[in-house]
Amino acid sequence: MTGPRAELQGVILTLAGGTLLRIALDGDYTRYVKASAKPYLLAAGVVLAAVGLITLVQALRRRPYERDPAQRDHEEHRHGRFDVAWLLAAPAAALLLFAPQAIGSYQAMHAGSALPPAPISPYPPLAPPDAAGDPTSISVVDYASRAVFDHGKSLGARMLAMTGFLTKAPSGWYLTRMVVTCCAADAAAIKVGIDGAVPAGAADDTWVRLVGAYEPRTEADKVNGAVIPYVAASDIAVVSEPANPYES
Amino acid sequence: MPAVAVERHEHAVDEHRPTPRRHRLRPVEAFAFVAVCLLLLRPWLAPLFASRAAATWLTIFVSIAVQALPFVALGALLSATITVLVPPSFFAKALPRRPALAVPVAGACGALLPGCECASVPVASALVRKGITPAAAFAFLLSAPAINPVVLVATSVAFPGHPAMVAARFAASLVASVGVGWLWLRFGRADIRTPRRAHLDELPRWEAFVASMRHDLTQAGGFLAIGAFGAATLNVVVPESVLHAAASVPLLSILALGLLAVVLSICSEADAFVAASLTGFSLTARLAFLVVGPMVDLKLFAMQAGTFGRRFATRFAPLTFAVAVCAATATGGLIWGLR
Repeated sequence: MTGPRAELQGVILTLAGGTLLRIALDGDYTRYVKASAKPYLLAAGVVLAAVGLITLVQALRRRPYERDPAQRDHEEHRHGRFDVAWLLAAPAAALLLFAPQAIGSYQAMHAGSALPPAPISPYPPLAPPDAAGDPTSISVVDYASRAVFDHGKSLGARMLAMTGFLTKAPSGWYLTRMVVTCCAADAAAIKVGIDGAVPAGAADDTWVRLVGAYEPRTEADKVNGAVIPYVAASDIAVVSEPANPYES
Repeated sequence: MPAVAVERHEHAVDEHRPTPRRHRLRPVEAFAFVAVCLLLLRPWLAPLFASRAAATWLTIFVSIAVQALPFVALGALLSATITVLVPPSFFAKALPRRPALAVPVAGACGALLPGCECASVPVASALVRKGITPAAAFAFLLSAPAINPVVLVATSVAFPGHPAMVAARFAASLVASVGVGWLWLRFGRADIRTPRRAHLDELPRWEAFVASMRHDLTQAGGFLAIGAFGAATLNVVVPESVLHAAASVPLLSILALGLLAVVLSICSEADAFVAASLTGFSLTARLAFLVVGPMVDLKLFAMQAGTFGRRFATRFAPLTFAVAVCAATATGGLIWGLR
């Protein structure tokens, strides 16, 4: 069963499976899917590449290409029809040629801010300051939830450190992080208004580490009317994109 | 693509007589040519994705494909197992003989396949080929991505304050899938395209297994790419603010979230978290999102059209959408009311 059509399918499956393995192993996959998907991507990559490679081995062993009548009939009725397998090469080609970046400020301004539902139980206290004292690291989504639903009670006056990217707000800037549940198509934006000066030359999608404290001020999201909390920033430093650009 | 049509008139020639052969471009050669062109043109192609909208589109397109491929692989493995290893007599014994009873049993069996909608299309296709009543296979196709344990646990985690949401999703999805199965049994036409794959019977078992895997992976994967293309486009083009205008109108909001589920094509293992974040909408409307999403969406439509034929998909998808919205509205209305 290794006609010309099967040969092409073998090449494309090797390409798609190999691409899955590559992004899973070099870590780029966190731009596209949740971090915990790695074993599934590895397994799928192995399955696709294995089927592709077996097909190629079969094709090599059958040379010169035999045409038994049953096989010819089978292939004949498909000639002239476009093989949709070609399209499976498109995402692989996009990944290998263009290495698409993580979802950023563009989607954050088009999607409303979306906090996870308010918890039933009260927020646990923050981790105590370590030997060096505050700031204590906290995720953007954790800060926003505590600020909105808990009105900052569990945050107190602690100095906090958060990492996110900048998004131009109607007035000033938002510290933003995308929350991904499964893949980047379901990315939801968590926006925190910055009360303070951003570094000179800052632009949309610039990654920063912000040190600051809770501030009761809020505003309504222009897209969906959700509550956007604020943070009183005392220091904002430009940093490089974290290994996992999304929070979960 | 020029490659596929090239060998056609070869068969018109009497093959016993050696004929002067012109060189013909084989699919692999065409592919190599396209790959070389893309590599050479890359510096000029990259600016196409330089704008922020296009870059976002490309990321979403790639993400949907990457996220779904493990489930396509799982579906292809199960489908190859059913096609090659499970004898048809097994299903004849496992399912009630009367089609009207086989539909609900198959629908309930959906709870056993822990995956999302991408896995269930190849499996349903293999079931139809094995001689199962198509309506029963469709009930399974619709219920499996919605009522399996993984999806229900995700739903309960996403809605911590509303334990009834899990029961509502289970009930409405099962009712809708069995309903569609029965309607298809009564009114459905039999013009479903399911390639019989008789050639697989002549092969050694493991070769047939690989051939079945290769077919399912490339076909489901190719149609998945079409669906991801459409979903990414709508995701970027349709502004979310349009949606929120509909949130305050009771019945319109249900329809709006049903349509949103079709457009977004989110994996059924993740859609509960998206539904939970749509806080402007009533619980009933969000239930509609959860019931419709796993049954009808753009990538699923493309995969169904590829597997069972486009004529089938253009009838089956609207029917499913209507039944799913009704089931969600009735269930949600009973539990929470329409607001």
